[in-house]
Amino acid sequence: MLSLMIFIPLLGMLLILFAIRREQEELAKRVAFVVTLIPLLIAVFLFITYNRSASGHQFEEDMMWINAFNIRYHVGIDGLSVTLVLLTALLGPICVLASWKIEKGIKAYLALFLLLETGMIGFFCALDMFLFYVFFEVTLLPMYFLIGVWGGPRREYAAIKFFLYTLFGSVLMLIAMIAVYLKGGTFDIPRLIELAKTPDHPLADPTFQIWAFLGFFIGFAVKVPIFPFHTWLPDAHVEAPTAISVILAGILLKMGTYGLVRVNFAMLPEGMDFFCNGEGRWGNSLAILGFINIVYGSLCALAQTDFKKLVAYSSIGHMGFVLIGLAARNESGLTGAILQMFNHGVISAMLFLLVGVVYDRAHHREINGFGGLGSKMPIYTGITTLAFMASLGLPGLSGFVGEALALLGAYSKFKVLTILSTIGIVVGAAYFLWTLQRVFLGELNPKYEGITEINGREIATLVPLGILTIVLGIWPSIAIDMFREAVSILPLVQ
Amino acid sequence: MTNIASIPYFIPEIVLIIFAVVVILYDLASKKRGSNGPAYLSLVGLVVAVITAIVIGSEDRSLFLGMVRLDSFAMFFKIIISVATAATILFSVRSAELDPETKGEYYALLLAVALGMYLMASSTHLLMIYLSLEMVSLTSYILAGFLTHSPRSSEAAFKYITFGAISSGTMLFGISLLFGMTGTGDIMLISIRLEEMFSQGNVYPLAVLLSITFILAGVGYKIASVPFHMWSPDVYEGAPIPITAFLSVASKSAGFALFIRLFYSGLKSADDPLDWSMMLAVVSALTMTVGNLAALPQQNVKRLLAYSSISHGGFLLMGGVLLTSEGLQAILIYLIIYLFMNLGAFFVVILIANEVGSETIDGYRGLVSRAPLIAVSMAIFLFSLTGLPPLAGFAGKWILFAAVIKEKFYWLAIIGLLNSVVALYYYVRIVKAMFLDTSDDTESLSFSPGSLVLLLVFVVPTLLLGIYWNPLYELSRASLGKLMG
Repeated sequence: MLSLMIFIPLLGMLLILFAIRREQEELAKRVAFVVTLIPLLIAVFLFITYNRSASGHQFEEDMMWINAFNIRYHVGIDGLSVTLVLLTALLGPICVLASWKIEKGIKAYLALFLLLETGMIGFFCALDMFLFYVFFEVTLLPMYFLIGVWGGPRREYAAIKFFLYTLFGSVLMLIAMIAVYLKGGTFDIPRLIELAKTPDHPLADPTFQIWAFLGFFIGFAVKVPIFPFHTWLPDAHVEAPTAISVILAGILLKMGTYGLVRVNFAMLPEGMDFFCNGEGRWGNSLAILGFINIVYGSLCALAQTDFKKLVAYSSIGHMGFVLIGLAARNESGLTGAILQMFNHGVISAMLFLLVGVVYDRAHHREINGFGGLGSKMPIYTGITTLAFMASLGLPGLSGFVGEALALLGAYSKFKVLTILSTIGIVVGAAYFLWTLQRVFLGELNPKYEGITEINGREIATLVPLGILTIVLGIWPSIAIDMFREAVSILPLVQ
Repeated sequence: MTNIASIPYFIPEIVLIIFAVVVILYDLASKKRGSNGPAYLSLVGLVVAVITAIVIGSEDRSLFLGMVRLDSFAMFFKIIISVATAATILFSVRSAELDPETKGEYYALLLAVALGMYLMASSTHLLMIYLSLEMVSLTSYILAGFLTHSPRSSEAAFKYITFGAISSGTMLFGISLLFGMTGTGDIMLISIRLEEMFSQGNVYPLAVLLSITFILAGVGYKIASVPFHMWSPDVYEGAPIPITAFLSVASKSAGFALFIRLFYSGLKSADDPLDWSMMLAVVSALTMTVGNLAALPQQNVKRLLAYSSISHGGFLLMGGVLLTSEGLQAILIYLIIYLFMNLGAFFVVILIANEVGSETIDGYRGLVSRAPLIAVSMAIFLFSLTGLPPLAGFAGKWILFAAVIKEKFYWLAIIGLLNSVVALYYYVRIVKAMFLDTSDDTESLSFSPGSLVLLLVFVVPTLLLGIYWNPLYELSRASLGKLMG
């Protein structure tokens, strides 16, 4: 079942590359759309049939892959991954719809996009460290081309910067991974988690764990991105085409935080303890990084006049909440962090889609260059307001729940930092409301007298996400129930 | 084994000699100058040599009174060398650079180099080691300068010969020191003598270290390690592209075969007191760093690949530092993978040089719209050279670094991996030109079906070996055989 979901997009890629002629652009798009619907259906099925009260992994598949290093093809999902798999599968067809207007080399674009989807779903399902790393890296190549070929004016710079930063992070991760393998003798993630808990096992050695933690942490930190590894993000987001920005913000950033939970948190508790116990020189580091992300990201967003850049920096800020929630290491903090991962995926995807809508019409993203669009595009304004409110954390919408829980969890451990972090929420409200005012309210800019309202295809990409933000805002426990068991077996600290 | 009794086990080498002569005779007798007859004849020679080698088998035998050895290790390298030589012959047939008039001696020389490399892989006596090295060098000088109308090619040959003469002279001096101290040229005996000498303390360690360093000069020259790498960019740039491909793969493989025989079978016992492996570790780190940094600003793709090949030599040397069978295994596996990805990349360079007439990165602009299959293949080779999963290069990199980290050489592993990030940058420059840039020429390029099939021969293993490399692991372990004791 999981393998089907992982490799259907890959088959779709081959189909588009070899079975569809270059002129049949419409057909290619339809095929890609149908192909991305299949993983979505499977993901929904998994979401419904997933046994919420059982801990451990479900729908497992396990077979030998490379005997020499005891590398296995082991996939499975737990509550943590099932939500992210659903998010990935949901954004698949949405992004294909959002790419409908791309004219240059649509066949290659869709093929790369499907390869990317295989990498992302595979990453969230992998339970073998080696497989996990391979899928992590498989997303790099398509992303490089998708930004580099189909991006904006500075696409080449943005693409190579993204590529180099990520590869830099992942080589350090590779060293840590090999070291863990040599200590544990296996790549099996659940097995390694067990071994790391066993007293006197070489894997449980605190010094070793601290170094391994650092290797993995830098690898994931580049992806999240955590300050000071964040500078690729504004470039990549701004230059990437709309659908790819959606994937970047919605899924790729989550690969970083998911890795932090799956590897750093679950497998290296001693390392985690060293950086989060609130004592000693390094005891606050993770929380401080989270705080910097929140405040620095929000302040940067406030200063932007480019709509897309603003959203990009707001992502950095929102990922800070995940980090500070993780640093708390208690149930509330962790639940908040994981929920925030999902919610941010939904909300930031909406925001980038919305930016894309207005960019397609006005061909620029200068916030100060609009004005009064509300009178011409009422539906668009309504949806944007919803997304903004969700993102700035209005109670009743999904953004609020995750951030509130993360901060609540963090407050019991890092009082000062948590209080200071709330500055980020205030600033967040400021830049979103200010943007709302500059773009949609006031006098209509005469240039946009003839601007057209958001069309049906664009609405179709936004509606599912909008519904999710509202539903999860009112009734967050549908999501929380999914990963309650998964959280409870993590090495929490009271 | 006595000389006469050894001959039946030496048939593959004899086959190569016979075919080299036959190729020349055929060329003399043939009315139609410039046909591809000599090429296909030498290809047949290689196939026959490999088949006889396989029929004879790889049971351990010491031939010609301990001069050469027939074992699975030699067998492994003979096959690698034969594949690389066969690929070079097929490249040469398709290359527009070579003068059709001189093809007969060109292919005869290629067979002669292959013979020399066969011997490099199987020599177990210092004298034979030196002779086989010189045999390969001398024929390579001629091949590098084969474009007689091109000053660049002559310059390449001249530089090659100058560097070659100095380093092989240095090596010979090192060999004579070692012979003087141990009283034998047989490397197995040398190993035993050295162990005795060190345990009894009747040795002057600096003298042994000096001789090892001098020998390293000769070996380092063959595998283009720092500081003996200076010749390689100029030679690679000037030589005909098929020869560049050949040197970067076959010559390097044979060099590593010789290195492993000499340093593992012969000098390993001197590592405890002298710690020469530390010297190698430094050389390895410098080689990959210098190679990579020098590759960054290159505009000529051949030259860029030359520097990248230096850095891969540094990577491979990491496996040699460890003195473990995992390290050697990693070298063997990496060499197989490197064979496919590097030859593939050079084949694309040949195709582009033929069709576009350019060896610079600018000549690759907009290639994806002119020849999508070639561009995608090149991207696969380059990303594999970078070591990105799921391509074969990653498997090689993985096994190598696993061996290095197992021996706790963390600093070397970190330098190596950071180097692979640097490498990404210059490989991506070619990818960027092919995929992201546009060209003024937009007419699509056409290639013969034969060329495309040959290209697939390299693309398919580069893809498959990245996903499933268990057989490589088994093969390399079997090939090491008794070498590690």
